[in-house]
Amino acid sequence: MPEERTVALVTGAAKGIGRASALALARAGFAVSVGYRSDADGAEEAVAKARAEGAEAIPVPMDVRDEASIEDAFGRTEAELGPVRVLVNNAGFTKDGLAIRYPMPTWDATLSTNLTGAFLCVRRALPAMLKARWGRIVNVASVAALMGNPGQAAYAASKAGMVGMTKSLAREVGGRGITVNAVCPGFVETAMTSGTPEDLKRRYLEMTPMRRFGTPEEIAAVIAFLARSEASYVNGAVIVVDGGLSA
Amino acid sequence: MDMAELQGKVCSILAENLSVPEDQVTPASRFQEDLDADSLDLVEAVLALEEEFGVSIPEEEMEGVKTVGQAIQLVAEKLGVAA
Repeated sequence: MPEERTVALVTGAAKGIGRASALALARAGFAVSVGYRSDADGAEEAVAKARAEGAEAIPVPMDVRDEASIEDAFGRTEAELGPVRVLVNNAGFTKDGLAIRYPMPTWDATLSTNLTGAFLCVRRALPAMLKARWGRIVNVASVAALMGNPGQAAYAASKAGMVGMTKSLAREVGGRGITVNAVCPGFVETAMTSGTPEDLKRRYLEMTPMRRFGTPEEIAAVIAFLARSEASYVNGAVIVVDGGLSA
Repeated sequence: MDMAELQGKVCSILAENLSVPEDQVTPASRFQEDLDADSLDLVEAVLALEEEFGVSIPEEEMEGVKTVGQAIQLVAEKLGVAA
């Protein structure tokens, strides 16, 4: 399968790691569908930047908690760019809080966005990938899936769920030329982590051997690599990109 | 469409999807034992049948389907094609 003009759909791509991934994919020659839920301006900006890289790009509104919305987003992508060959499940939500007083609606929102949303996108993407005997699924998990953090039971559970899902899927569809991998970023400064308490951020910084936080681009580089043809034998891998935080 | 035509179509779609010669696919063929189809092969074949005939075959209805003949019967029922 030629890499040129392969279509990639990135969820949560208006900002942060998602946007950086969309741009990295654009630079690598993919046509990109920039999925976004609320930040239309951010998505437009991402699309403009991707086009400036010479790539085809469109913004697609999508709420991964809603199956009908996922259907619309894939439908629009297929109509305007072509069948989705690369899916980056990046849309994520987090709200820290101690388990003992954690609001159940927030638990549900975390699981439904991060885990169920990713699964629904996978289900929508798989038939065409199976048919093509080629596909790339990259799930953006977190080091929280592997090491845990106080106040992050919901987030860590959702991300650990993504890791488990990744491994099972890798076994289910690996025989069809489809790879499924997870990327586990460490602490990256984005809109999503802007609510992280300062003392916790300081703790992360102290635990990170590189003594700095990651940039969205440093995560995106790994995601874009996994999407490429040359990553064809990387399957079911959980790739930590955390500056050594979990080392 | 009559039953013979439906049978021919289903067999040829299954043959293509399971990558087996068409003359090996008969109503008596068992997916697993005769056609070497694993569960994902079967799902892919069902997707192809759904697409071709514009029907929806839920997972529950697939559970008892072990032979090509049973798959043909399932599609026939959906389309209202009499045996």
